[in-house]
Amino acid sequence: MTSVPKTTNLSTFGATGSRKSQAQWRRVMRRFLKRPLAVIGLVLVVAFILVAVFGPLLLPDPNKQDFATLLQPPSLAHLLGTDDLGRDVLSRIASGARVSLLAGVLSTTIAMVIGITLGLITGFYRGWFDVVFMRIIDVMLAFPFLIFAVGLAAILGASLTNVIIALGVSQIPEVVRIARGEAMAIREQEFVSGAVADGARDFTIMARYIAPNAASAFIVQATVAIPGAIIGEATLSFLGLGVQPPMASWGIMLTSAQQFLAQAPYLALFPGIAIALTTLGFNLLGDGLRDALDPKEKR
Amino acid sequence: MRVLDVSHLRVEFGTEDGRIFAVKDVSFTLGRGEILALVGESGCGKSTVAMSIPRLLGDSNVTIGGSVRLNGADLSSLNEKEMQAVRGKDISVVFQEPMTSLNPAYTIGNQIAEVIRQHQKLSRQAAKARAIELLELVGIPDAARRLGAFPHELSGGMRQRVMIAIAVACDPQVLIADEPTTALDVTIQAGILDIFRRLRDTLGTSIILITHDLGVVADIADRVAIMYAGRIVELCSAQDVFSLPSHPYTRGLLGALPARAVMQGGRRRLTDIPGFVPPPTTDPDECQFAPRCPRATAECIIRRPALELVAAEHEVACYHPGPGDTP
Repeated sequence: MTSVPKTTNLSTFGATGSRKSQAQWRRVMRRFLKRPLAVIGLVLVVAFILVAVFGPLLLPDPNKQDFATLLQPPSLAHLLGTDDLGRDVLSRIASGARVSLLAGVLSTTIAMVIGITLGLITGFYRGWFDVVFMRIIDVMLAFPFLIFAVGLAAILGASLTNVIIALGVSQIPEVVRIARGEAMAIREQEFVSGAVADGARDFTIMARYIAPNAASAFIVQATVAIPGAIIGEATLSFLGLGVQPPMASWGIMLTSAQQFLAQAPYLALFPGIAIALTTLGFNLLGDGLRDALDPKEKR
Repeated sequence: MRVLDVSHLRVEFGTEDGRIFAVKDVSFTLGRGEILALVGESGCGKSTVAMSIPRLLGDSNVTIGGSVRLNGADLSSLNEKEMQAVRGKDISVVFQEPMTSLNPAYTIGNQIAEVIRQHQKLSRQAAKARAIELLELVGIPDAARRLGAFPHELSGGMRQRVMIAIAVACDPQVLIADEPTTALDVTIQAGILDIFRRLRDTLGTSIILITHDLGVVADIADRVAIMYAGRIVELCSAQDVFSLPSHPYTRGLLGALPARAVMQGGRRRLTDIPGFVPPPTTDPDECQFAPRCPRATAECIIRRPALELVAAEHEVACYHPGPGDTP
């Protein structure tokens, strides 16, 4: 791997398959790593995941109240200070990160699984079902994502599970549109006609011909959807429609920080920074992946 | 022995501007191990004929008439699901464009094995072994290692070989090749034609070869169907096309071949066929070549000439067939 660009060209000839697919991945990786912003995004996302997974295990109990240390500014004992009930803000940020990660990843998974399935089917078969179904999707898209999620969460009731469901369902229309577009474009390609000529069944064509060739679009969509869902969770929790106290969520932390903006501005500042850095990280990662996976930008 | 029997095939497309008569009454048979070339210029309906045999013309606005029999069984009576079982197994297709005809997301070994396992109950191991065998059959060196290659790692000629390997994976009785060499270099073309010949010789595959290249016909075909405006105008052996071309259109095609002019002393000017191909929007009861034909008489536009034997195994749809420039 000393003369990096040449390996790509040479890999066109010779070498076995698994090594070749590895080479393909290496090329994507290389294109990704060449972009500093993408790498910053990746670092932020990895840091966020590490904090969410390991933070709560290493830090003090985020719900432990200490009335001797109320509203303490950041210090060595409490790196990010304490809140109005004497709870450690750093612990609560880490615990909130876990909620954010769960909400972001699970709701996006729901949206991707349902949205891709429906989008591929409607885009593959077209016909009257497509016409009717897409008008329903248009109606759903007419509501801004957050308004739709707020409405759903209000109907379902406030809990982490319901937040995940509400955010997942709200993201489905966007995913359907993307999957449908990909299905319509890819089904016209020659290798799909070839598969039909070889006697492939409709399911095979959707699962093995259309979906894998649309994978990069789906990956990019997921990296855009996750930060959207994280902000969505924070917003719903901020409005009291999401995670309920005393569970820590960045949105709830912002809500309770409102009363103490003058005395302890850091209470609002730190969760705000956490939300900003996390969404920024995912967005930069998504941009980087989109560029790295774009087949038109070969080499 | 007849493998395929196409009789009175008609294909019409409904468009916003009216009906398009793409194929107007085409009949031919295909024997076991026979290579039939469908020859004609763009738009004459040769691809439509070929694609209507495995019913690959899409679903909307197409009307197919007549019958297609495979070993005596009428394919038009099959529903779509039964047809899926026929495609790739009994009747396979090789398309013109090798660069885009393979799934970019999977290795070629995977794609060959997929077709095998779709139509035959074979284990993964057996399918893989068969895939290696097939790649060797189509002349890909180092087949076992090539299984893991992705389509974008192969050249056009290699991809066309893979396409053929996929098409013949289940020993089809009929292989339809739609201009399989048009997108390839001349040197690669010869190799691909060799594969077809070998398939015919070793497996007894019957092949319908669609082409507008008379060089390909001379190289490999047993019989030739010359098509003009949606009909077969001359159906004969490959030798007869060159030695005894009888339809004025066939003669026109041959007259436009530079290589032939050179062979005949190089002093002859290339001839052209005056006029244009008639639009496919009508199907009048007349010889559609008549407006361009040097031999046309009043008779030609009163009734359409039917295919008739002019010699053994040599049919021509013309009132004034035969060699020479004037009747």
